[in-house]
Amino acid sequence: MPSTPIIEGRAIEKWYPQPDGTRIQVVGLMDFAIEAGKIVALLGASGCGKSTLLRILSGLSQPSSGALFWQGKPVDSQVPNVAIVFQSFALFPWLTVLENVEAPLQARGVAAIERRKRALRTLDTVGLDGFETAYPKELSGGMKQRVGFARALVVEPEVLFMDEPFSALDVLTAENLRGELLELWLNKKMTTSAIFIVTHNIEEAVMLADRIVVLGRNPARIRSDINVRISHPRDRKSARFVELVDYIYKVMTEPDVEHAPPDPESTGEIALPPGGLKKGQAPLRLSKYQMLPHARVGGIAGLLELLHDRGGKEDLFRLSEDLVMDVEDLLPILEACQLLGFAWLREGDVQLSAQGAEFADADIQKRKVLFRQAALDHVTILKQIDNVLKRKSDHSINDDFFRDILDEHFTEDEVQRQFDTATNWGRYAEIFDYDRDSGRLTQAEASDVERLQLGPTPSEKSAEPAVEKRSSNSREP
Amino acid sequence: MKKGISLRGFSAYRLWSQLPSIEVSRLPDVIMFGAAIALFYGIVTVGHSWFGPFTPSVEISRSIWALPAYAGYSLLRITIAYVLSLIFTLVYGYVAAYNPRAERFMIPLLDVLQSIPVLSFLPGVMLAMVALFPGRQLGLEMGAILLIFTGQVWNMAFSFYASLKSIPREMREAAAVYRFSWWQRFMQMELPFSAIGLVWNSMMSVAGGWFALMVCEMFVLGTRDFRLPGLGSYLQTAASEGDTVSILWGVATMVLVIVLLDQFIWRPVIAWAEKFKVEQVESTDVPQSWVFNLLQHSGGLAKLRERTLHPLGERLLLFFSRREKSENDARSSPAWRNWVAGVILLLALAAIGYGVIRVAMILGGLQSSELHQVAVGLGATFLRVNLALLIGTLWTIPAGVAIASNPKLARIAQPLAQIAASVPATALLPVILLVLIQIGGGLGLASIVVLLLGTQWYVLFNVIAGAMAIPTDLKECCSVFSIRGVARWKKLILPGIFPYLVTGLVTASGGAWNASIVAEYFHFKGHTYTITGLGATISQATDSGDFHLLLAATMMMAATVVTINRLVWRKLYALAETRFRLET
Repeated sequence: MPSTPIIEGRAIEKWYPQPDGTRIQVVGLMDFAIEAGKIVALLGASGCGKSTLLRILSGLSQPSSGALFWQGKPVDSQVPNVAIVFQSFALFPWLTVLENVEAPLQARGVAAIERRKRALRTLDTVGLDGFETAYPKELSGGMKQRVGFARALVVEPEVLFMDEPFSALDVLTAENLRGELLELWLNKKMTTSAIFIVTHNIEEAVMLADRIVVLGRNPARIRSDINVRISHPRDRKSARFVELVDYIYKVMTEPDVEHAPPDPESTGEIALPPGGLKKGQAPLRLSKYQMLPHARVGGIAGLLELLHDRGGKEDLFRLSEDLVMDVEDLLPILEACQLLGFAWLREGDVQLSAQGAEFADADIQKRKVLFRQAALDHVTILKQIDNVLKRKSDHSINDDFFRDILDEHFTEDEVQRQFDTATNWGRYAEIFDYDRDSGRLTQAEASDVERLQLGPTPSEKSAEPAVEKRSSNSREP
Repeated sequence: MKKGISLRGFSAYRLWSQLPSIEVSRLPDVIMFGAAIALFYGIVTVGHSWFGPFTPSVEISRSIWALPAYAGYSLLRITIAYVLSLIFTLVYGYVAAYNPRAERFMIPLLDVLQSIPVLSFLPGVMLAMVALFPGRQLGLEMGAILLIFTGQVWNMAFSFYASLKSIPREMREAAAVYRFSWWQRFMQMELPFSAIGLVWNSMMSVAGGWFALMVCEMFVLGTRDFRLPGLGSYLQTAASEGDTVSILWGVATMVLVIVLLDQFIWRPVIAWAEKFKVEQVESTDVPQSWVFNLLQHSGGLAKLRERTLHPLGERLLLFFSRREKSENDARSSPAWRNWVAGVILLLALAAIGYGVIRVAMILGGLQSSELHQVAVGLGATFLRVNLALLIGTLWTIPAGVAIASNPKLARIAQPLAQIAASVPATALLPVILLVLIQIGGGLGLASIVVLLLGTQWYVLFNVIAGAMAIPTDLKECCSVFSIRGVARWKKLILPGIFPYLVTGLVTASGGAWNASIVAEYFHFKGHTYTITGLGATISQATDSGDFHLLLAATMMMAATVVTINRLVWRKLYALAETRFRLET
């Protein structure tokens, strides 16, 4: 039955214009349709633009270009009947549970008696009877999210949007709520005809979804579109489940390589973007600048040590299971190891490189030397900082200089994160010192030399150049 | 089975909603009834007085028996001014928060207005109001109310704007995706979210209102002598007659009114506002108020609410929801709106331009001797204000830290300090002068004492709060490493209280500049005491009706306060926010 999709975005994309006339692309040009009768899961690493895509499809924010269609007609002429379950619950803390659930009905002008009846019925469905007069702050996280569900279901939405609904909950509560959601869906206890869930948890997606869309980032673009044909209830331990999870892991961690798709029995056909998965595929408007993964040195060192202990090679999926870490948390560390040349990924395995093994074996001082080498060899921003600091007569520069460089390529928040990561690495590698109050980066050796010269032998001879340096300092604009 | 569950849901809810009427108490109802009668009487009396013919010189009685009525008049002025402030706040904050174009000039404007000393508005406002309502007492009343309004409104507006701006994104999105009407968004999201900030700022504002009230109920403008019956005029009359007994009675009444306000208005409101706190977990230390508890358990009040407020709220909610739905079909054209906005903007620009030209002309006409007077005055007041701040800081830091580290002392000292702080410095001025002149000190000393009284409390409260917020593990760490004496102060206490100290000093600094207007120039027992200072220049210019000088001095003071805020306090604030913030 070829029916029109409920929601369809045609040639949508999203960018933010910058003051200098360039654009920062958040969502790359794509078509996206949500069809009736399906749970669609959108998978992607954090900051890849999946929440932005949700907000465009739900009508909360406008695409920069392209158009949104509701039941085949342009969306501006009608009000789509949708609801959103938020990651942070977004309940009104001053309203009781019942009032929170009634609020959307009030907005639709439903009269008091009818409103209360429907709200109580919905609360009953999600298992919240008895909590009607409680305030959200009296409830546990799982209970709060049930209120979030009730508030969404009470308007009987055509499409139920969920933005990482379980990621603020502990593992057990999340598992429990997922199960209940699936039960409501499979037994048709909700009138909703489609569910769109954004998540970074691969197993969650495979557990729930009929269709999984994997997003690549910078900007967001569809990397893989998978129909899941495993029947419910799905068993986490079953071979087909594990195979699919493994496949998605590979797609997410090694975007540049083509992977052998799993048994078509479980997935149906996998739709790949035309022309394969080559880098720079999406219509990019900006030259690419190296993007640092947000990993701290401590995490990198920890992972390398662990790999070294296990003989230098480990299956990715097992690693994340053993560490009880989401792919979202693990991925940046892995990327950092790869970037620095300490490890590489192949076929879902992590393999330690010679430099990585040497690092894992070294003592604190040696590690710094190795890290410094790796950083100066592979990390663009650190290379640039090092060069500038070497060339300047006072070996110091304001951080605005580098923020401006980053500004041309990243959004405001991302600039801050990129800069934080760079300072974390640069300080550890002793490439520079950073004084947060004055915002100045200073070459590490210079200050060390100064300290040594002034420290043990405070003779006039060695003190002189330092004084000279200071006075030249003050002349700098 | 399913039916059974939903029935249980129903019954549990019913039981809850019936709880208040189970604990029926008649006492609150009786009090409410009495209050209603008293209110009615008050309105009749006030109406009689306000709409009566203009009596340029109301005789202010010094009898103790006149005090309750005077206190009532003063309170009424503050209340009306507060209601006006609240309305202004909601409109101004809302527009500034949602109209990016307006925001760009509304917020800096607010910053400047906040820095202009209230009392320099006095002559202009009063003359305008008397001119608007000639021959009636109403004009004078309006003037006084407007003046109190200017003393109250700015920080409230700023707080509301800041709250609106900090509503979490997902909460806003929830309101959007569930298609809340404008009214529902306001009632269920924006107003509740801003409630706590509004309540605390209202308390501060009303305190500021008392400060202005004390002065504006009785003043001389050129040859005209304006008087309104009230606590402020009572105190001033008593002071200029040197009647110590009446002054003490007046101050006592003032303190009583402030304590009653605190118990019957602010504490219940704070306890009520607790439910608007955005928190994930219920806090254990919840503010309590016996009045609030009493009101909550009043059966009659609950019934009244059930009959009046609830249906009314429901009607409004549904009215706006349904109206907005039908409006979706026929949206008004934005071109029409743009046109109106353009005209308004043009008019506003023209008005501003005209104002600037007039001011420039007036300032151009000033003599060099007057400019000299303003400049010297600025220097003198600058020194005086900062001396007062320094003295205040020097004694409040050790005292505050001592109070904070000793719970027994805190229990006694805190309420006392609160009462002391709530008495406006302007009300105490006569008492201080009386004492100081008797022991031989002059206005030079008295002015600094008044500035101190007006400002040190902010610093003290903040130091206490800051010292209490120093984490125990840091204190223990200092004990373990035997960091004591000076080192302990330098490493732990001073950095720990720094952000709080800055907050206190910002408020104190603004308050001190404002207080200098009354502290440097005073009529007392027929004499005029005055010393060199910008505040004195402003008061003098007001007295003699010299508007040119008044304008120059006021602009000078506002410019100074804005400059100091920008150059000193903002930087310190930024430092406190980054380096001295204790991560939680």
